[in-house]
Amino acid sequence: MIPLGMIPPGMIPVDMIPRDMINVDALSVRFGATEAVKSVSFRLARGEAFGLVGESGSGKSTVLRALAGLNPHWTGRMMLDGAPLDARRDKQFFRRVQMVFQDPYGSLHPRQTVDRALSEPLLVHGLRDIDVRIARGLAEVALPLSMRYRYPHQLSGGQRQRVAIARALMAEPEVLLLDEPTSALDVSVQAEVLNLLADLRVARGLTYIMVSHNLAVVAHLCERVGVMQGGELVETLSTDDLRAGRIRHPHTAALRELSVELEEPEGVT
Amino acid sequence: MLVEIANLRVRFPTAHGMSDAVRGVSLTLGQEKLGIVGESGSGKSLTARAILRLLPDSAEITADKLAFDGIDILTANEAKLRAIRGRRAGLILQDPKFSLNPVMTAGAQIAEAWRAHRGGTRRLAHQAAIELLAQVQIREPARVADTYPHELSGGMGQRVMIAMMLAPDPELLIADEPTSALDATVQAEILRLIEDLVSRRGMGLILISHDLPLVSHFCDRVVVMYAGRIVEELRAADLARAKHPYTRGLLSCIPALSHKQNRLAVMQRDPAWMDA
Repeated sequence: MIPLGMIPPGMIPVDMIPRDMINVDALSVRFGATEAVKSVSFRLARGEAFGLVGESGSGKSTVLRALAGLNPHWTGRMMLDGAPLDARRDKQFFRRVQMVFQDPYGSLHPRQTVDRALSEPLLVHGLRDIDVRIARGLAEVALPLSMRYRYPHQLSGGQRQRVAIARALMAEPEVLLLDEPTSALDVSVQAEVLNLLADLRVARGLTYIMVSHNLAVVAHLCERVGVMQGGELVETLSTDDLRAGRIRHPHTAALRELSVELEEPEGVT
Repeated sequence: MLVEIANLRVRFPTAHGMSDAVRGVSLTLGQEKLGIVGESGSGKSLTARAILRLLPDSAEITADKLAFDGIDILTANEAKLRAIRGRRAGLILQDPKFSLNPVMTAGAQIAEAWRAHRGGTRRLAHQAAIELLAQVQIREPARVADTYPHELSGGMGQRVMIAMMLAPDPELLIADEPTSALDATVQAEILRLIEDLVSRRGMGLILISHDLPLVSHFCDRVVVMYAGRIVEELRAADLARAKHPYTRGLLSCIPALSHKQNRLAVMQRDPAWMDA
């Protein structure tokens, strides 16, 4: 193949230019008088995993929610796979982009079985072979088929989050938006869910954006991290640079220092 | 003040007979900082709440000994328990959003706790509330005293909760996942604050959490619970030398920023841990 640089610009076939899966440009979100997100820009290639970290109120979840179409009051430009996104999203968007929330107890209907939760996206998008897809979906998140007719309260926290992930995958999306997906889980369950998310990404070629206040969790799953403070994206860096301390912004350094200090048990250092 | 627990058992009736939630826990606690670590359902919260007999009505508690400063908790009447609960032993819960009264100002709630345990005029109690808010390192205590819980951030709410618990000058503080609802920075601030207050006032502390490395930074001693039993007890400084495979598993399944792991270790649960 000829390196792209050797072809005069006008002659590059359009479909050979690598297209961003997600491109956020100068995104701002306002809640009344407060500007929760101030001109945030970032882009992700297809199959990439990008983490957004910051303290509560830094705007990281607001960015994710605006991208997911849960907040129509934004300005700037957001593109999915080269196509600009409007304030209102069509059905096709929700087929391609799905979200997983922090609290699976809050995001699953308490009076609907796992079967109902998983079949709804299939019905909405007019997908067939519901039985086959549900069986496959449960297997994919390592839940036994016997869970199919259980209610959320009959499941453990980890199992509920697996159901929430299975539901997000039902419509075969290309992008998963993960909002603190393991913060409500025990550390041993967190490890299982993080391994699962890593496996699914490889198996399905998914693109992830993950929001968390836990730097170690984000660094584990993502190649690149954006650090937010007071609504601004103050630094974007690779996970390797973050681990090694090759940092430019003081807030990133402060978050990293705290994380490293508290993650080692007392007596080791 | 001394808490003595010997062979504590807590059981709940279920559709399939009795379910054992705490199975023979023994520990003593003096003027020290003790961490109780375990996952959901390990019985760590029930063990701590048993000290205040704050368990659901359906719970069946037995113990060879369950005593707070020599007072037998199992046989104590409500009046005796009231003299301990809140007054001599304070309890801080996970989410201040649910533990604070939404229709009372922060100051009024702290003042109420102050008057309930110490008496005195409203004015005096209000003054005391502002002083307590200053003690939990709130910068403008007089202003914060007049705010309602919904106007406070999670970290501020938890500070108000701590101030309220400190009002009666207790000897023991039980903090049940006090920072799980908070982000990493605020979590560290709150835990440092608790540690500092407990040390300065010479109180005992029981810190309950599922995060073993975190707890070790703020406690002298850690007990690890699994399926209703203590599987290991060690000094916080010796955590790296933990022997029990469950304790080791808890330490190794947490992702670390300082080094990269391609895959996180997953806990292989050995049925023998139930009895070990």
